[in-house]
Amino acid sequence: MTTWVGRSIRRFEDPALVRGQGRFTADLPAARWVRFVRSPVASGLVERITPPAGSVCITHADLVGVRPIKPMLDRFDYVPIEQPLLAKACVRYVGDLVAAVLGTTAADAEDIADQVLLDITALQPVMDTPSALAEDAPVVHAGMSDNIVVRAQMCTPGHAQAWAAADRIIDCDIRSHRQSGQPIEARAAHAAWDSSGRVTLTCTAQMPHLMRTAIADLLDMPEADLRVVAPDVGGGFGQKMSLAPEYALVVWLARKFRTSIAWVEDRRENLMASFHSRDLAISVQGAFDAQARLVALSGDVLANVGAYAPYPNTAAVEPLMSFAELPGPYAVAEYACLARGVVTNTCASAPYRGVSRPALTLAMERLMDKAARSFGLLPEEIRRRNLVQQFPHTSPTGLIYDTASYRETMELALRVADLTRFRQRQVTARVEKRYLGVGIATFCERTGYGSPAFAARGMGVTPGWETVQLAMDPSGFVEARIGASPHGQGLRTTLAQIIADAVGIVPERVRIIHGDTDRTPYGWGTFASRSLVISGGACLIAAQQLHTRLCRVASIMLEAAEADIELRDGIARVAGTDRTIAIADIARASYHGAHRFAESPGLQETASYDPLGTFSNATHIAFVDVDVETCAVRIERFIVAEDAGRLINPMIVDGQIRGGVAQGIANALYEEIVYDEHGDILTTTLADFLMPTAHEIPPLEIHHLETLSDASIIGAKGLGEGGTIGAPAAVLNAINDALQPFGAELDAMPATPLRIHDALRAART
Amino acid sequence: MKPSSFTHHEVGSIDEAVAALARFSAEGGRILAGGQSLVPMMAFRLAQPTHLIDINRIPGLDRPRLEAGELVIPACVRHAGFHQQVIPGPLGDMLATVVRHIAHVPIRNRGTFCGSIAHADPSAEWPVVLVALDGVVVARGVAGTREIPAAAFFQGIMTTALAEHEMLTEIRLPNAAAGQRYGFCEHARRAGDYAQAIALAGWRISEGVIRQARLAIGGVEPTPRRLPAVEALLDGHAPNDALFSEVADAVAHCVTPMEDPQVSASLRRDLLRATTRRALQRACA
Amino acid sequence: MLHVNGVDHLVCVEARRSLADTLRQDCGLTGTHVGCEHGVCGSCTVIVDGVAVRACLMFAVQAQGLPIRTVEGLACGDILHPLQEAFIAHHGLQCGFCTPGFLMLAAAALEQDAWLDDAAILDLVSSNLCRCTGYQTILAAVKAAAIVMREEA
Ligand SMILES: Cc1cc2nc3c(=O)[nH]c(=O)nc-3n(C[C@H](O)[C@H](O)[C@H](O)COP(=O)(O)OP(=O)(O)OC[C@H]3O[C@@H](n4cnc5c(N)ncnc54)[C@H](O)[C@@H]3O)c2cc1C
Ligand code: FES
Ligand code: FES
Repeated sequence: MTTWVGRSIRRFEDPALVRGQGRFTADLPAARWVRFVRSPVASGLVERITPPAGSVCITHADLVGVRPIKPMLDRFDYVPIEQPLLAKACVRYVGDLVAAVLGTTAADAEDIADQVLLDITALQPVMDTPSALAEDAPVVHAGMSDNIVVRAQMCTPGHAQAWAAADRIIDCDIRSHRQSGQPIEARAAHAAWDSSGRVTLTCTAQMPHLMRTAIADLLDMPEADLRVVAPDVGGGFGQKMSLAPEYALVVWLARKFRTSIAWVEDRRENLMASFHSRDLAISVQGAFDAQARLVALSGDVLANVGAYAPYPNTAAVEPLMSFAELPGPYAVAEYACLARGVVTNTCASAPYRGVSRPALTLAMERLMDKAARSFGLLPEEIRRRNLVQQFPHTSPTGLIYDTASYRETMELALRVADLTRFRQRQVTARVEKRYLGVGIATFCERTGYGSPAFAARGMGVTPGWETVQLAMDPSGFVEARIGASPHGQGLRTTLAQIIADAVGIVPERVRIIHGDTDRTPYGWGTFASRSLVISGGACLIAAQQLHTRLCRVASIMLEAAEADIELRDGIARVAGTDRTIAIADIARASYHGAHRFAESPGLQETASYDPLGTFSNATHIAFVDVDVETCAVRIERFIVAEDAGRLINPMIVDGQIRGGVAQGIANALYEEIVYDEHGDILTTTLADFLMPTAHEIPPLEIHHLETLSDASIIGAKGLGEGGTIGAPAAVLNAINDALQPFGAELDAMPATPLRIHDALRAART
Repeated sequence: MKPSSFTHHEVGSIDEAVAALARFSAEGGRILAGGQSLVPMMAFRLAQPTHLIDINRIPGLDRPRLEAGELVIPACVRHAGFHQQVIPGPLGDMLATVVRHIAHVPIRNRGTFCGSIAHADPSAEWPVVLVALDGVVVARGVAGTREIPAAAFFQGIMTTALAEHEMLTEIRLPNAAAGQRYGFCEHARRAGDYAQAIALAGWRISEGVIRQARLAIGGVEPTPRRLPAVEALLDGHAPNDALFSEVADAVAHCVTPMEDPQVSASLRRDLLRATTRRALQRACA
Repeated sequence: MLHVNGVDHLVCVEARRSLADTLRQDCGLTGTHVGCEHGVCGSCTVIVDGVAVRACLMFAVQAQGLPIRTVEGLACGDILHPLQEAFIAHHGLQCGFCTPGFLMLAAAALEQDAWLDDAAILDLVSSNLCRCTGYQTILAAVKAAAIVMREEA
């Protein structure tokens, strides 16, 4: 019975936020402000740090007994690397933490930081994967034999044979240039020491519980002495998921100086030293049979993971995810892949919405378009022949694809798109020297995976399950304490919808408590499009338990059989009669008249959920107009057809898609972190790192299918990342379609005017 | 990203401003106009002025006026002041077109025309207007007032003929007679960004042919400039697409484009070719 | 003396303190956010003397005596401003960090002219950055609020 699920009810988050009553980390007052002194060079030996007289300046030598960050991966082919909270002897990228100074205001601390003299002997940095792999390359981490931190390789037994028998081999080399998630709220941390010795760390975090464990480990303090609070968080997109050394330092400082300490990252620091992402080169080769069916796939993934490894995902997350998920939605049986993660003197790379999938989808979708052209087929036709259509499907890397609608979703998008008409228009436009193009991207998004998936990766920490503690109080309100930690996804609303339906009350009577380790059960937070599926699943189970208990109590109070009790709209009713009692009265009785029932007193339920994972899927179709004189790309139209199972709140679902596609378009056309050959970062302002404005993001046409899969008990599959995954491939395919008359091809993102210009010039010569 | 310390001087007249500049400019004193370029530079600590002479509350500097056939733009006229025609006629129209390309509404509400000229960013719009029209920059120092012709004003990236102790008090632009036509075009990555190529064309048509052609470019070289040699290709000819393409090619050939990580010299040349041709076409529209 | 939302705040700050930081840290009005401190993101947008400005690019000393409006002053008691209503109804916010800036940007523009056409609204909304919504719902919200404000006017 769904009364609330499936409805676009208004978000409970919004009234406070639109009044400016959100509570963000940087809103907290503090006694002292910390400013970090960062390395101005990409690689060097720290000889001496000279602070101005009378200042408080903390360096590595002060951090006695503090452990380095060292994320582990239980794989023979992974080399763990260490990151001291403050540089020990070497600095490894521009922005690396060298010292921390304190001031009474942020400006004051910045003045002091400016006066800290750094004596650093600069060394030759390695900036990109080719130079890091060169025979004589300096090693970024002393003690490593080379710069490779992870090297995964596989080949299915039938690969060589299928390869040899193929009709033709199609090559595609794509490059995804470095990106940054750039939430509009940069990172911030505030640690307040209280006289009991306990510290409350309020910070911009996606994983508060794990932050607490990790920081307590690093600082060798009892976890109980640390409370981590993620208040309102202004977007994360992955950047606030990994452990920031700055957060641990703020806690250390608060304990050391027994006061409150604040750090509010500025935009320059965020661009320079918050986690980067997606610096990947992927080469794929597809072996196709004469019917244009992909019979074997070979991949070579090279990820520039930066100088350090993010905790908990490690530096292997991008290469290994590419390795495992490269085949995407295509039913290829034979697969060979080599994936390497390479350390360089750049900012560490960490998960960013979509993780490596925007890049691997770009590789596969470019491959499909190139193959289509080689076979003289339309892009949609080659996809029809290759999309997985039998479920469950086991991929060559052992992933199990649950029921989905890859083909149907694409056909839905195609019907909306009416490509026949567009292609006529494309031809006429060319006569007027206007170059239009259309690009398709089909993909699947692995979401809501539990601990087995992380265990399969060999992660030392296997996140996955979620727990919820649900309590109905004597007034009949439900409080659900969750381990997930939303920051814009509207989980307070969607979870309330799920619970309301399962219990039989209105969502206004459900309060979701999150983001506070003192008030919520241990959980993993919000990342990997998991919260709704896993936390929602746990909420559903707990709410069903509560429902059962309420029915039992109601049956005694109404003197009826338990099976005859219906709960709806806050009322318990004996089915088919007018004998009713308010759920609030049941709640009151459960606490205040508990002697009447055989139940344990009160109404508390706890449940956990740890699913195997599910795949949502989508097709994006982009229509572009490329101005070949200025090399500017305008997106004329953008269609999304997606299937994420049951829509709990369609408005919020569409919001996730819109935001995701906007980031995907940003990746496809505008945004890029650029270093020069000396290791200096060139994109440290928002005038250089070009986030799109309303002018650059087109309206979307969104269409849904709702395939229900038993891989998710709430019926919903995650989709938080899909928009970002598909859009770059759709846009690049469209640009390539537009440039066909020139014979120009472009397989790198972002497809900046400069790259388009170079591609056109290359085609001309 | 907090600015370093400075002393704030709010001045009530141009004389006071000039006196304060005379006193503090040698030790790092500067004029604070709209603050839309200076304050970001201070936030990055690329600029660390020790004294800011704030001219925002000087009365009477916030309205342009027509005086002896010239549009006089005093130091505190904000960009937003040009959203509506400041004077009837082609000049007012052209300025209203150009201002839409400068940043965004809240920045236009603070940033000033004269501040943009004083700041002399090579990719800014107003400097192109100033040189295209051969406007005059009026500068006042303790020693007195001088008038600097546009062609002599811009000397390099963010460097001008203005002396440290001088305040730019106003800009004068010759008003355009009825029948004057302008065409403006710029290319920027996103709406509101600084331009990567700017072209502003102007002329009158008499007896079917172009007279008194003007063509100025910006965003391509360290300073904006007029291109007299190219203007000569337009004068006396009937406007048509073939001519415009020829002129655009000539413009593209006669510049030495700046390079940066986003735009190679070759791309910038092509951008300028396209913007020039489009500006010429718009002058006919 | 800062005159914010009709209330006088007597504050004593360094000349270098931005209006945004002063509102947040000295007046306790943390609804105005700071996202970039160099004029690009627009999270800090407030209304000074009737027009929307970047509060990170203005020093508090410059705003002395001028009427300042921030997001905290937008609603009238329990009654939300039409823009606030519309942002909720059209899902014009997700994390909500950028929202106060967009609200003040649009409030200044629509209170001056509620008849802005779609192109002008697009130009206006492109002044600020939002990382969550993809902007279309913000545009829809501003357009919807404009209609309400026309009727009210
Ligand atoms: C996000 C953003 C985008 C922008 N995009 C653009 C754009 O696309 N195009 C564009 O042209 N501009 C752009 N700008 C800059 C904006 O137009 C500025 O307003 C302008 O460049 C400077 O004017 P101002 O009044 O703000 O000057 P200020 O910032 O106050 O001053 C700039 C410099 O000029 C000096 N100065 C100012 N006035 C005088 C004077 N009267 N006498 C002597 N010296 C003086 C100052 O001392 C300072 O060195 C942008 C700004 C931002 C923040
Ligand atoms: S904080 Fe002011 S514009 Fe970004
Ligand atoms: S809602 Fe998150 S930045 Fe706009």
